[in-house]
Amino acid sequence: MSGILPWALAGNDRARGDGGVLIYLRKARETLIHGVLLLCALVSVATTLGIIFVLVHQSIPLFREVSPWDFLTGTRWAPLLEPRSYGVLPLIAGTGLIAAGALLVAVPIGLCTSLYLSEYAPGWVRQGGKPFLEILAGIPTVVYGYFALVFITPEVLRRVFPQTEIFNGASAAIVVGIMVIPTISSLCDDAFRAVPRSLREAAYAVSATKLEVSTRIVLPAAMSGVMAAILLALARAIGETMAVVLAAGMTPKLTFNPLESMQTMTAYIVQVSLGDTPAGTIEYHTIFGVGLTLFAITLVINLLAQRVLRRFREVYE
Amino acid sequence: MSVAATLFRPRLGRRRWLGIVFQALCLVAGLVAVAILVLLLVHVAGQGWPLVSWRFLTSPPSQLDPENAGIWAALLGTVWLMALTALIAVPTGIGAAIYLEEYARRGRFMQVIHLNIANLAGVPSIVYGILGLAVFVRWLLGSRSLLAGALTMSLLILPVIIIAAREALRAVPKSIREAAYAVGATRWQTVRHHVLPAALPGIMTGIILALSRAIGETAPLIMLGALTFVRFAPGQWTGEYSFTPAGLWAWLTRSLDSQFTALPIQIYNWASQPDDVFRRLAAAAILVLLVVLLSMNALAAGIRAWQQRHRMW
Repeated sequence: MSGILPWALAGNDRARGDGGVLIYLRKARETLIHGVLLLCALVSVATTLGIIFVLVHQSIPLFREVSPWDFLTGTRWAPLLEPRSYGVLPLIAGTGLIAAGALLVAVPIGLCTSLYLSEYAPGWVRQGGKPFLEILAGIPTVVYGYFALVFITPEVLRRVFPQTEIFNGASAAIVVGIMVIPTISSLCDDAFRAVPRSLREAAYAVSATKLEVSTRIVLPAAMSGVMAAILLALARAIGETMAVVLAAGMTPKLTFNPLESMQTMTAYIVQVSLGDTPAGTIEYHTIFGVGLTLFAITLVINLLAQRVLRRFREVYE
Repeated sequence: MSVAATLFRPRLGRRRWLGIVFQALCLVAGLVAVAILVLLLVHVAGQGWPLVSWRFLTSPPSQLDPENAGIWAALLGTVWLMALTALIAVPTGIGAAIYLEEYARRGRFMQVIHLNIANLAGVPSIVYGILGLAVFVRWLLGSRSLLAGALTMSLLILPVIIIAAREALRAVPKSIREAAYAVGATRWQTVRHHVLPAALPGIMTGIILALSRAIGETAPLIMLGALTFVRFAPGQWTGEYSFTPAGLWAWLTRSLDSQFTALPIQIYNWASQPDDVFRRLAAAAILVLLVVLLSMNALAAGIRAWQQRHRMW
């Protein structure tokens, strides 16, 4: 028995089905493996439930101190110094401003790049272009943060606007924009290629130029794919951490001046965990409150993107 | 003359000209992306290359003596972290993918899991850090250890591995499975001996890309408290251990439970200091990290190319 069991579990073919015990073992093995694989699949479900549980459960002490309404509408964020105040709006404003700036950089460049790749580029550029752009997405975000702090702010922004602060939202927005270009160009490229050739040819047949085919046929036909790409890029920009921590600084304030220092939700979470706050204090629980807000925002955007994407898939397949 | 003929003016010259302008604009946009990448690489190489040396790779970090600081602790920390993460995430990810592609019946439950994995892939990495802090550091393990870091990283890259492995499994033609079933193979035998080998190159590519994402992740590790100044690398072999099973076990558990630092953490640490010396150290460390990353990407691309030439179907 003890000699057969390992063989059977290893899936060795000596566990042939000609003996009753072996058939039984083989069935047991199949069931066992089925169970193990199911457990693997359930890890992902457990992760989601774990995230939600931890964020909600650990932010309860914070919401005993401050009501969720005051948390979401308060305009002063100062949980670390007296008088304390827990209004998350400045963090949301900082996040929103940097994410919007990032899209301002990424959408035109990403969209034009993918239009070029799918409509204009010769075959070899088309083949090589996408993997090359994906290198941009593969570079660690801490490297972009370094680049913003050491190159973009002193060598670019300060040359143009001398009043720029060392930590500023603009440099963060630029590098976050650069890093989400591949998200946009890659998904848009897929969307453009999914537009049937016949649509383009019909337009050419009534003597449309390439520009007209690209902007009036291909782009509208792929619009939902483009929208999904932009939404996913937005979610990435909102959740981006290290580049923002290094480039934008740690000052939570309601400002719309991109040349000033500002703090995002992610940067605040990092700031608290750098300080080694003891567990159980309100500061510790603010991590989870802000994390919950961040998670909720990105979840809604991601779900929206998937909805849009599903609709787009139904059109031509 | 019809109405259309009087209203429609082709203006072909203008339209062609506009077309050329637009094409140039799109090309320029693409080139901007390329130019930024080149600029970044040139800048980092220019700043960091003079500092990269054997001594830089094998010295411990030092706050007091930046001239002689190195990345030994960070490098070893990253190697340990990646090895453990791969050990945890790869079997789990492949197992989950096999279940979802080969075992599960299509239905509502599957739709939920599918949506769930797609969403997990979009959860900001710092949220995984928060999860790791609450669950692994505070609750299960009670320490800011290497194991906590590896578990958190595993959860982070799991959706990436599952998605890649599922795609690779889906690409294996149905006929291969049916042939195996036809000669009496069980479901697991079919998967183990026929589907998995056929999908392996695709899965490998996915794993390498997932690990290359994990290797540069900084935020979750900072959440776990990996920024504390660590001079010594985990896994230091000292005289107190012996080459017996018990000795090796003691060494392994001590290593898993030790505090650690990692390359991206070291980069952040140096980059956030205002002194120029430290920033050049950061550039040198970035250079090392990028070389590792680009070789991983090249390996993945190589496997992909090999697979396309040696397709089994």
